[in-house]
Amino acid sequence: MAELNTGDGGGGKGGKVRSKKQNSKVDLTAMVDLAFLLITFFMLTTSLSKPKAMDLGMPPKDDSTKVNVDIKVDQKRTLTIILGDDNKIKWYHGLINEPEPDGKPQTIGYGKEGIRSVLLPRVKSIEEYTKTRPNTKPGDGMIAIIKPTKKSTYKNLVDILDEMAICKVPTYAIVNDFLPEEKKLAEELNKK
Amino acid sequence: MAKIKMSKKAASIDMTAMCDVAFLLLTFFILTATAKTPEPLPVETPASTVEVKLPETGLVTLTVGKSEGKDKVFFGMKDRDVREKTLELMGNKYGVKFTPEESAQFALIDEFGVPIQALKQIIAMKGAERNRAGLQPGIPMDSIDNQLKDWIYTARQANIELGKEKDLDFAIRGDAKQEYPKIKKIMDILQDQNINSFNLVTGARGKNY
Repeated sequence: MAELNTGDGGGGKGGKVRSKKQNSKVDLTAMVDLAFLLITFFMLTTSLSKPKAMDLGMPPKDDSTKVNVDIKVDQKRTLTIILGDDNKIKWYHGLINEPEPDGKPQTIGYGKEGIRSVLLPRVKSIEEYTKTRPNTKPGDGMIAIIKPTKKSTYKNLVDILDEMAICKVPTYAIVNDFLPEEKKLAEELNKK
Repeated sequence: MAKIKMSKKAASIDMTAMCDVAFLLLTFFILTATAKTPEPLPVETPASTVEVKLPETGLVTLTVGKSEGKDKVFFGMKDRDVREKTLELMGNKYGVKFTPEESAQFALIDEFGVPIQALKQIIAMKGAERNRAGLQPGIPMDSIDNQLKDWIYTARQANIELGKEKDLDFAIRGDAKQEYPKIKKIMDILQDQNINSFNLVTGARGKNY
């Protein structure tokens, strides 16, 4: 241990008085102890990561505005994602009865290997497709329709919205109406 | 001939550098960290890759979580002046009178989850007691007694009456395991008042998730 040296401590042999060498070292052990104690205290009592906020805009519910009037959308641009129980997803591309190529309803999970592997190539291919169409505005592309079932959790919703941000899906919406065929799919998904 | 003398000093280590590091870390922690506030309804928020921070002021948080097997909603306002004004307006609406002391005490409460009729008892409690798990039953939000809707409405009203330029932001802080219909109900209550844009509170997650 370090210690505060105040003198030689040798006990003056021979009776000759020597001029003491001034030692300027101060024992810092106690100070270090204190500093680490305080660090531990602060680490335990504070939260480091501030919560993040995910912005979510919903279409107005008000029927009087003209926003809710049915807008015809190219079915080649829509991708429907049904969120089910047990972190499972069913998705299809286009119309449910006549899906786009490789777009039949399929079950998949979340994450890199899951829904993202579906979204990423399709975001690209749909964007290229929309560019060939007349009346295309910049920013047009895939329209993802997210349909959470009653069994899905809040985490699932946040995860899928996060995927939308990661895959840069230009348009997405949370929709709570299920078509009869979609209901069947959802039931299939939530069946134990 | 020179005689080799053994040093009589105790072996000492130079602590200066260690002390420097320790205090540097200490300073870093003090400056970056915010104090953890005890929550009456602890929830585990899901993680996401978004980097936008939650606003510090002008925010109303609706915490949705499960405690003791029941779904509960808690209401929290960030600004103290909004808290007091909202309490006053809510008191008028429900015919509950709050004294100035109670109002001042209420301004210190971050989050609560009781029907307004029982709010006086919660205000009278001590901080630690108030945050005991399972004590507060949540704010009623069924169709007969929708106090949550009134709290949201009054908070916005209070915000306007206080002459704030910025509208109140609303954030939903849900538990990761919370089932969707409950969250949807909260969203519906917000949307019924034409609040179509709100925040979902999430934790941080690595970029390469």
